[in-house]
Amino acid sequence: MNKYEPLGRKLDLRSGRVDLSHGSGGRAMARLIADVFHKAFDNEFLRAGNDQSVFDIAGGRMVMTTDGYVVSPLFFRGGDIGDLAVNGTINDIAMAGAKPLYMSASFIIEEGFPLADLARIAQSMGDASRAANVPIITGDTKVVERGKADGVFISTACVGVVPAGLYLSGDRARPGDVILLSGSIGDHGVAVMSKRENLSFETQVLSDTAALHELVAVMVEAAGGSIRLMRDPTRGGLAATLNEIAHQSRVGVRIDEATIPVRPQVAAACELLGLDPLFVANEGKLVAFVAPEAAEKLLTAMRAHPLGQDSARIGEAFEDNHCFVQMATAFGGGRIVDWLSGEQLPRIC
Amino acid sequence: MKHVDEYRDGKLARDLARRIATESRADISYRFMEFCGGHTHAISRYGVEDLLPANIRMIHGPGCPVCVLPMGRIDDAISLAERPEVTLCTYGDLMRVPGSNGSSLLKSKAAGADIRMVYSTLDAIAIASNEPERQVVFFAIGFETTTPPTAMAIRLAQKKRLTNFAIFCNHVLTPSAIQKILEASGPDAVEIDGFIGPAHVSTIIGTTPYRRFATEFHKPVVVAGFEPLDVVQAILMLVRQVNEGRAEIENQYIRAVSAEGNAKALAEIADIFELRESFEWRGLGEIPWSALRLRESYAQFDAERRFPVVTRPARDNPACECGAILRGVKRPRDCRLFGAACTPETPMGACMVSSEGSCAAYWAYGRFRDRETASRRVGAP
Repeated sequence: MNKYEPLGRKLDLRSGRVDLSHGSGGRAMARLIADVFHKAFDNEFLRAGNDQSVFDIAGGRMVMTTDGYVVSPLFFRGGDIGDLAVNGTINDIAMAGAKPLYMSASFIIEEGFPLADLARIAQSMGDASRAANVPIITGDTKVVERGKADGVFISTACVGVVPAGLYLSGDRARPGDVILLSGSIGDHGVAVMSKRENLSFETQVLSDTAALHELVAVMVEAAGGSIRLMRDPTRGGLAATLNEIAHQSRVGVRIDEATIPVRPQVAAACELLGLDPLFVANEGKLVAFVAPEAAEKLLTAMRAHPLGQDSARIGEAFEDNHCFVQMATAFGGGRIVDWLSGEQLPRIC
Repeated sequence: MKHVDEYRDGKLARDLARRIATESRADISYRFMEFCGGHTHAISRYGVEDLLPANIRMIHGPGCPVCVLPMGRIDDAISLAERPEVTLCTYGDLMRVPGSNGSSLLKSKAAGADIRMVYSTLDAIAIASNEPERQVVFFAIGFETTTPPTAMAIRLAQKKRLTNFAIFCNHVLTPSAIQKILEASGPDAVEIDGFIGPAHVSTIIGTTPYRRFATEFHKPVVVAGFEPLDVVQAILMLVRQVNEGRAEIENQYIRAVSAEGNAKALAEIADIFELRESFEWRGLGEIPWSALRLRESYAQFDAERRFPVVTRPARDNPACECGAILRGVKRPRDCRLFGAACTPETPMGACMVSSEGSCAAYWAYGRFRDRETASRRVGAP
């Protein structure tokens, strides 16, 4: 006799597709959640099977973030929308100097989306969350009609705790602060772009998608009180991040082009496409503003961590009412580094 | 990066800058126009002006195809795109160029027009092949550099017997625009002591078409590449011509440009296109024999013949100084819209839209030069 399957037939994860019943709240949806998401994310909270998860917290200040992922294409060199969503959300928490604890994931899936791709994305999320030790403890699934979404959209939330006495914020940069960057820029944007259907070109560049909270923990330990702020330069690239900070903190920023690490393959791809690496997205890099006296110590600590081994001192903040970001070009001149206008690349995260 | 880094070498740049400083004469003011937006962009992006003595002034010319396209032609493209049967394929930087009454291709796309951004003419051909039920129109724009790819698309469409592919032709010619600037008089006249000649355009047309600027107008022309060292070297060559009273066509860009140009591309252009008697340029007005259209034998690929396209004169915002800026008569800062009503996010004129436009380049890279407090060398210790 066949084993009783309370949730009906198993999903065909090889060639099956998501249909509207997978979002209708019935048995098919329960099956999808069990076979795809719970299997990939497995943890005690999900096993409880509730619409929410309850957890204990230690005293202190909490931090919370939410994020959405609509990247196209869904799979690219070095990652996919799944690990991008987990790492990106963790990084938003980590930039507060916090330890990320738990996260949620909500899926909006287009009718007809291959189950195999969904399982692959879920698996990659599960792997990333286990590697980061930040379990996905609650979630939601919706299926929309064909044409109402583009494959799959993921939205996430994450909570974490900030170590006592630490206060990082984008408005805390002051003139004289030193700016550190944790590695090469532009890798993620170029990896995604090289996979675009109308822009395919051969490249060995991998997305730099990575969870940065362990690097952050090392940095906080090395120079906690002297760090003013950290931020991960995602969409809009390093240029947007520095402009945001300059405006929030009402300071000017000066950087030196020659000190900013750019991989030769990334530089070459940008050259070909007419892009400036300063505006290209990153998913595993951070920028830190730090009091000048602690800069060397912090840089040494960053370089000792695998995700920060190419860290560099790229410039400093200075007094400037205009809040301009200026750059000494490697060529020997100077220029402004402005925000990006319009879309350099659509949907990269 | 090989073949790139050697043209951006800071040490060589300083050496050349020192030579320019030594050889330029304090009693002469040197006013050089770089015609191409590519040069304007390189000058701004690499901070080339910081390396020049104060008496050498760069005047940014009209060599940005997006900028010189008159608003009426943008309106035409929008009305083509809004035809239900049409799929309009365009290069990305045309999307935000303002048409009449605040319209743009980007806004029409949001309202439902089938407008697709492509990276090459071949993408448009692929769309026409794959979607035979759509009338695919390629928004062809640019100087002599982008004309051969358009010609190739026509050739390919002919070979594939595509009946649903056409181009909206806006290809324009560089020498006619330079001549117009040199012939300007009265308030439109701009004092120019020499030109940095086009880079990519010259790979196609060669250096011969510029000869009359030296012989008739007595202006030195140095054809130069788009890398910053190319520009600095060209400036040194122009300084020497001015000092010696010479007016010659010199070629700094010998690694890519010959006197006669690319014969194969020129033959293909001549076969497919013919001169328009006149074409309107934003800022420069009507210029005779300054643009191309498809020859009668290729009429089937001409969107202006296939669809009713009636270009209506459209008025730019009266406060917008794009015209004077494109002629080199004014600088971006002289426009009262600049930085206030007109920014890259809300462009009023085309010079602010294209990254090659003077206003956009100045906004993105150069604003700090206006401030007295700004140090001459940013970032220097």
